[in-house]
Amino acid sequence: MTAVLLAILGPLAVASGLLVFLLWSMARVTIALLASFLAVGGLLIGLGLAYLGVVVILMMTMEMVIMAVFMVAYMENPAGLVRAASSGRRPVSLAFSTTVFGLLAAGIFVARWPHRAGAPLQARMPLRAGGPPRDATFQLGDALMGPQMLTMVTLGVALLATMVGAVALASGRGRYDRFGDDLKGRPPADPVRGGVGR
Amino acid sequence: MAGSAPAWAVPLVPAVLVGYAAAAVAGDAVLAARSAGRRVTLAVLAAPLAEVPRLLTEQRRTTLAADRTLWRLGPLAVPAAGVLAAVVVPFGNVVVSRMSVGVVWFNAMEVLTWAAIWMAGWGPNSVLSLVGGYRLVAQGLAYELPLMLALISAAVGARSLSPVSVAAAQGGHLWFAVWMPAAFLVYLASVLAFSFLGPFGYPAAGDLAGGVAAELSGPDRLVLRAGRWLLLAAGAGMAGPLFLGGGAGPLLPAWAWSAVKTLAVLAALVWARRRVPAIRADRYAEVAWVIVIPLMVAQVLVASAVVLALGGPP
Repeated sequence: MTAVLLAILGPLAVASGLLVFLLWSMARVTIALLASFLAVGGLLIGLGLAYLGVVVILMMTMEMVIMAVFMVAYMENPAGLVRAASSGRRPVSLAFSTTVFGLLAAGIFVARWPHRAGAPLQARMPLRAGGPPRDATFQLGDALMGPQMLTMVTLGVALLATMVGAVALASGRGRYDRFGDDLKGRPPADPVRGGVGR
Repeated sequence: MAGSAPAWAVPLVPAVLVGYAAAAVAGDAVLAARSAGRRVTLAVLAAPLAEVPRLLTEQRRTTLAADRTLWRLGPLAVPAAGVLAAVVVPFGNVVVSRMSVGVVWFNAMEVLTWAAIWMAGWGPNSVLSLVGGYRLVAQGLAYELPLMLALISAAVGARSLSPVSVAAAQGGHLWFAVWMPAAFLVYLASVLAFSFLGPFGYPAAGDLAGGVAAELSGPDRLVLRAGRWLLLAAGAGMAGPLFLGGGAGPLLPAWAWSAVKTLAVLAALVWARRRVPAIRADRYAEVAWVIVIPLMVAQVLVASAVVLALGGPP
């Protein structure tokens, strides 16, 4: 059952990943990439990493939808109606991506994974030796929030600061536009008023 | 893929879900008839059902330079997401997938509708439906984090991400709805939001001539409309195990209590759909980020503190 699932989802992930380079419409490209991620999420669930798999599905769906909005907004030819546009970069990016994919795939076979007794299919998975984990979700949480707690917290705050900073820098309207030159104008002069009555 | 269910339970999921959705649609038709001052007859109840053969036989509308693949795929994905979300929802003591991370799975399947609705909006190459699709993304960015924090509150209360364990953790204890009222209310509002009905019907609103559904016709329109109600039913079904003690209750068997609780939540949601005015996404976004998210963070903090202090749910 699991083997059949993996045999279907694996090629599906690769094929829809390739479609990203073959399709012209930004909307279709994004959905193809989403399909690839969904297949990878299914693969992870099939390999017994339910939490990672489901989180990949959850996060990538949200990210791909938001990416679709930006692709349509910023790319020339978003609907793919003009075939000639931006064809020069396509072979380069395809070659680059195939090389990276090949290197990573080769790494699976070259690396010496620790051996583990237990479930036959999971024997080659890079977890710790000595039997399959009782609860992979708990192990993951323990690893992230235990020994790597400081790393994760630092990373989280740094990411948040980057996002807030990037939005603040990219925004066309700053505080002087909203509150006036002396920053004393109330209420702020916003083009659309928000929902909390400011 | 941990755990298994009896084989007869698998076709039961869409069947029960369609039953709940039909009950919700019938209830909605009754409310509509009463507010219009018409008598509630069997014909009123059957009217939504009569739409099914009409839409199935209707000729499809075509538009210029449509992206037909995405246009067909989007509406189909909505009911699919509803049914897939329901496979982790316990019905009494029966559940198709005892996946250890069922709560996250439910969340992930509900988020699939973002992509589905955006595709349905993009597909027909029409301004009104495209705006509808973008409205759903804006609304999604506002409702999703409060919903996630509401789900986390329930999961923290039970110290498990499995809906079965969350329901079991309330056995002999207070229902989570009682001591996490904010999470419960936000969850209920989010169910309306991810089925984009009632106050959150903004992506398919009348001011856009139907928004994402503006150019949909025939079977596509049918699956999108059915999908909304299936999502509502799945959300109502999940409210029981997460916040209302699951199948626990006196006298009646577990499956009956599940059904009673689901139908009660559905009734409340259908009533709210007709009574609460529509909310614009640009307004709701600020309410969500300035008021609801801090409130829900506090709710998770309270839930964590209570569970840590008492060694379990109260």
